[in-house]
Amino acid sequence: MTAMATRTESRESGPSFLQTFVSRHGSMMPTFAAVAILLVLFVGAEIFLRGDFITPRNISALLLDNAYLLVLAVGMTFVILTGGIDLSVGSVMAFSGILGAKLLAEGVPAFVAVPAMLLGGAAIGLMIGILVQYFNVQPFIASLAGLFLGRGLAYVVSLSSIKVEEPGILWLQSTRIRLGDWYITPTGLIALGAVAVAAFVLHLTRFGRTIYAIGGSEQSARLMGLKVARAKVMAYVISGLCGGLAGLVLTAYSGAGYPRNGIGTELDAIAAVVIGGTILTGGRGYVIGSMIGVFVYGTIKTIISFMGAEQSWMQIIVGALLLLFIVVQRAIVARSEGRR
Amino acid sequence: MRSIWRHRLFWPVVALLTLIAVNSIARPNFIKLRVRDGELFGAIITILRDSAPLMLVALGMTIVIATRGIDLSVGAIMAVSGAVALTIIDGSDDPGNLATVLIAVVVAILVSMVLGVWNGFLVSVLGIQPIIATLVLMLAGRGVALLITGGFITTVNSEPFSYIATGYLFVLPFAFFISVAAITVIGLVERRTALGVLTEAVGINPEASRLAGVRSRGIIWGAYIVSGTLAGLAGILYASNIRAADANAAGVFIELYAILAVVLGGTSLNGGKFSIAGTVIGVLIIQTLDSTILFLGVPSAQSPVFFAVVVVVVVVVQSPRIRNALGRMSRSRKPKAAVAAAVVEDKQKAEVGR
Amino acid sequence: MPADNEVPPIVEMRGITIRFPGVLALDNVDFTLRPGEVHSLMGENGAGKSTLIKALTGVYAIDSGTITVAGEQRTFHTAADAQEAGISTVYQEVNLCANLTVGENVMLGHEPRRAGGIDWRATQREAARHMESLGLAIDPRSMLASHSIAIQQLVAIIRAMVLEAKVLILDEPTSSLDRGEVDQLFAVIRDLRAKGVAILFVSHFLDQVYEISDRITVLRNGALVGEHPIEELPRDALVTKMIGRELEDLATLEKSSHRAIDRTGTPVVKAEGLGKRGVLEPADLEIYEGEVVGIAGLLGSGRTELVRLLYGADRPDAGQVEVQGAPAKVHSPRHAIDHRISFSSENRREEGVVADLTVAENIVLGMQARQGWMRKVPKKDQDAVVAEYIEALGVRPANPNALVGNLSGGNQQKVLLARWLATAPELLILDEPTRGIDVGAKADIQKKVSELSSQGLSVIFISSELEEVLRLAQRVAVMRDRRKIGELDATQVDLDGLIDYIANAGEGSAA
Repeated sequence: MTAMATRTESRESGPSFLQTFVSRHGSMMPTFAAVAILLVLFVGAEIFLRGDFITPRNISALLLDNAYLLVLAVGMTFVILTGGIDLSVGSVMAFSGILGAKLLAEGVPAFVAVPAMLLGGAAIGLMIGILVQYFNVQPFIASLAGLFLGRGLAYVVSLSSIKVEEPGILWLQSTRIRLGDWYITPTGLIALGAVAVAAFVLHLTRFGRTIYAIGGSEQSARLMGLKVARAKVMAYVISGLCGGLAGLVLTAYSGAGYPRNGIGTELDAIAAVVIGGTILTGGRGYVIGSMIGVFVYGTIKTIISFMGAEQSWMQIIVGALLLLFIVVQRAIVARSEGRR
Repeated sequence: MRSIWRHRLFWPVVALLTLIAVNSIARPNFIKLRVRDGELFGAIITILRDSAPLMLVALGMTIVIATRGIDLSVGAIMAVSGAVALTIIDGSDDPGNLATVLIAVVVAILVSMVLGVWNGFLVSVLGIQPIIATLVLMLAGRGVALLITGGFITTVNSEPFSYIATGYLFVLPFAFFISVAAITVIGLVERRTALGVLTEAVGINPEASRLAGVRSRGIIWGAYIVSGTLAGLAGILYASNIRAADANAAGVFIELYAILAVVLGGTSLNGGKFSIAGTVIGVLIIQTLDSTILFLGVPSAQSPVFFAVVVVVVVVVQSPRIRNALGRMSRSRKPKAAVAAAVVEDKQKAEVGR
Repeated sequence: MPADNEVPPIVEMRGITIRFPGVLALDNVDFTLRPGEVHSLMGENGAGKSTLIKALTGVYAIDSGTITVAGEQRTFHTAADAQEAGISTVYQEVNLCANLTVGENVMLGHEPRRAGGIDWRATQREAARHMESLGLAIDPRSMLASHSIAIQQLVAIIRAMVLEAKVLILDEPTSSLDRGEVDQLFAVIRDLRAKGVAILFVSHFLDQVYEISDRITVLRNGALVGEHPIEELPRDALVTKMIGRELEDLATLEKSSHRAIDRTGTPVVKAEGLGKRGVLEPADLEIYEGEVVGIAGLLGSGRTELVRLLYGADRPDAGQVEVQGAPAKVHSPRHAIDHRISFSSENRREEGVVADLTVAENIVLGMQARQGWMRKVPKKDQDAVVAEYIEALGVRPANPNALVGNLSGGNQQKVLLARWLATAPELLILDEPTRGIDVGAKADIQKKVSELSSQGLSVIFISSELEEVLRLAQRVAVMRDRRKIGELDATQVDLDGLIDYIANAGEGSAA
């Protein structure tokens, strides 16, 4: 009924640069907002802590401390772009980590253990994807099954934490590639690599464009002859794979596998993705945005520990930010619907 | 005969009875009831007692799901409720005083109700997707609970407070009576008034309901308030049971078990038709299964694997794909009706267009 | 350039039969489509047009018959299969992705690639080239959602050209376009026809069918009535073929509209300057007791918008409403119902029935909503009301416990009518109550409206079928371009006069 509302507006009347920019890149606005928040956080913390905050050491640590979350957020971005959600990633990460630790402790070589971790994650993702695509199960529920399965299997592997002594794994964390006071670890490189690969896949492959199309309208995507079923299942497999990879990163980071790892981490990952500007109904967002979202998350955490405040503030602030972004997104979506 | 196995509670009841039968055979103690000091004990009594928090949460969840929503924040609300109650009792001069406990419980439940109001506001007024709207409180709620308790696990020694979860009234656990009262009140309000059918209408077709004059905003809002309030009560039960407010552990995953109970009871997550009786059965299935897993000597930490299997089996059996396949095999009329409905639907789509 | 019969057909469907449980949806239908022709598929709702299209595009499996495309016998299983064979469909609810740019939508799945990745520059260039070839001058990098439905439809057609479609199916493409946009679309269609594309056109606007088609195939009740070159099939012959027979029982209704209405007293409902920015220019409307006021105008003329504002379904930002002479605040459907105004939406499925509830629950819903949830309508009263209306309106199946979702469109409409009548309204607003329902149900509903109004109920009746409006209404308000342009006395005007008024009535003479 609103179809005819404003049909003449868009007709060529010499759009200004700004109009062109907004009409082309409107969907990037939330991501810009995330960047702005990140900058405000940095500057605010710098002023408040009198120049102690923006140091190479702190910023390098930001990537190091949040590498596992970044990997999870990358996978989550794929799923959310299709309009789905994956609650299983925290448990998958725990399962993958404890599985790797156990295999390594039993003398299985790393080149077998690491692929096993990744495959374990991908298998749970595959299960979720099949349930969602072929059995019409809501993503929320299907990934809930994945959450239970991952957590339970983690405890089946071991009820307590297992230390990792494999030098190859520990190397991922202990190596510091330095440039002045800046440094990066192989885990950080893995996380950035995941972002780069995901950005490539999402923007420069037909599979990636199909992911966006599904998020825009699954029915349209199907009628346009795109390979919807495959892409949708793959999104969950990728998320599971990232869960497995995050398990590797976290195991390297903490030097052990622990079945209680990552309880509630799926919420952090979702929050980071949303703060980074990806819209939960799918179809709009960027993996780079998710990276920014993770940094916002990590920066808040660092600031809180700098200030010596209670960590419980973390949850409250992230919740509040999430709310803010959701309300803003809601307004944006409502406006763009109103324009049609 | 046919109408019996067609009834939507048929399979849930069969599942529950099977679990009970298996348990009774595997461990004869299961159905045995012992009387001690005029109080009943036994595995079944334990199940009835321990299921109370989940029962309360699942009842609220049923109503929320019927409106096409979901409430992820129930676990966090439980944590807040426990934290509020115990902080009040802990701060009073006389923790054992009945009045103190009553005040603490009432305040905690009021706070939970306010949190429900908040959720309902986000969903029904701002129009935010329920999963996301309640995710906010799910994240932030535990933080709030931790702030209230100052980051510690607050423990109290209060006789009246412990009674809530562990005491006996006549021969049965007090907590069981709370469950029954909640089921009765919800059941009566939903079915004796028109609230139930209006809730279903809103869940099935919100816009049609609005145009029919149903106050859908109020109904949806109310559902979240009920859910928050019941979660608050569940938080009291939890805290009373362990005599402590543990903001990190209270109600962890309970939203997931509650959703599972609702689904097991035959209520669709797409909203609409709901069944309170189904949810009750769903909760009992989960609690009995939990007890069974424990009896099998499986560490309770590993029990999620079983629940994962249950979730997968239930959703796969309920999926259209399997239903149609089963329907074709049994050559029953149902799938035909479904196809006819689909045809009608297609036709209408074509007609209605835009 | 009408195609002649010598050109070998691109699509040949022979003896197509599709059965749905209890329904013969298509019965031995033949259909032939030739390159370089615009072929209209005509028929009432439920005649089998959509089914035939879906059979061709692989959405439905056929029970018997053959489909030959470009000389080769084919069976398609998915829309993608059909697309690969060169058959593309553009639906009225545009099936593109609003979150992507125009260029991306045009090229999706066919982007040129380079070194393993999509070559965006080449993609945009390709998109621009295709758009240019059909004369669409918009920025390919702008978001699809920022354009009107008309432009989006052209984008969908351009996409079909990228897929090198030899057959283009346009399913009700013009239903939400204004005249200028239709011209633009038709220019593109003619262009494609000249390039040898075969176009299957479905529209319920007869003018447009006659303007663009070379050939017409008529279906009725799932069977083929005939295939005719356009010049051999005058309009009245077409309508007769589509409807099949003149509806005698409706003829008796003719007189009902000629009832005298007493307009001296207080109107039941009176709206003054009711409007909303960007939706409807302020309009006045009065309805007296026992009067049927028709609202005529094309789809999108503002007729639905007017009654939605009157009912409070959308919130007006100008004007006031008086009920029985007293000022009334109608900001939500609730308020309207409290003032005994009822509204049945044109969108039966989305805004009308509650599909998973029973017939009885749907009928009682309006009464119950009025009473509030605390006071449940007693079971006995419910049963009585439901039985009464099932009987009075002839709802089939006459089973109060049947799920409304399983009923036919006509019966769903009767259930909705029952819902509103059960609330004992003083003003009943019916928006397209007879659209897409079978002839019998249509007659039932018209009779009921006529009967109730003669008993004193006031009715606002909206329909695309102007005959129907003239038959039932004593007075007709005419809408155009989101504006009320005037009112006519239905007893003094005939169909041609009304059409002429809708199309040409004086500018600036807003009532």
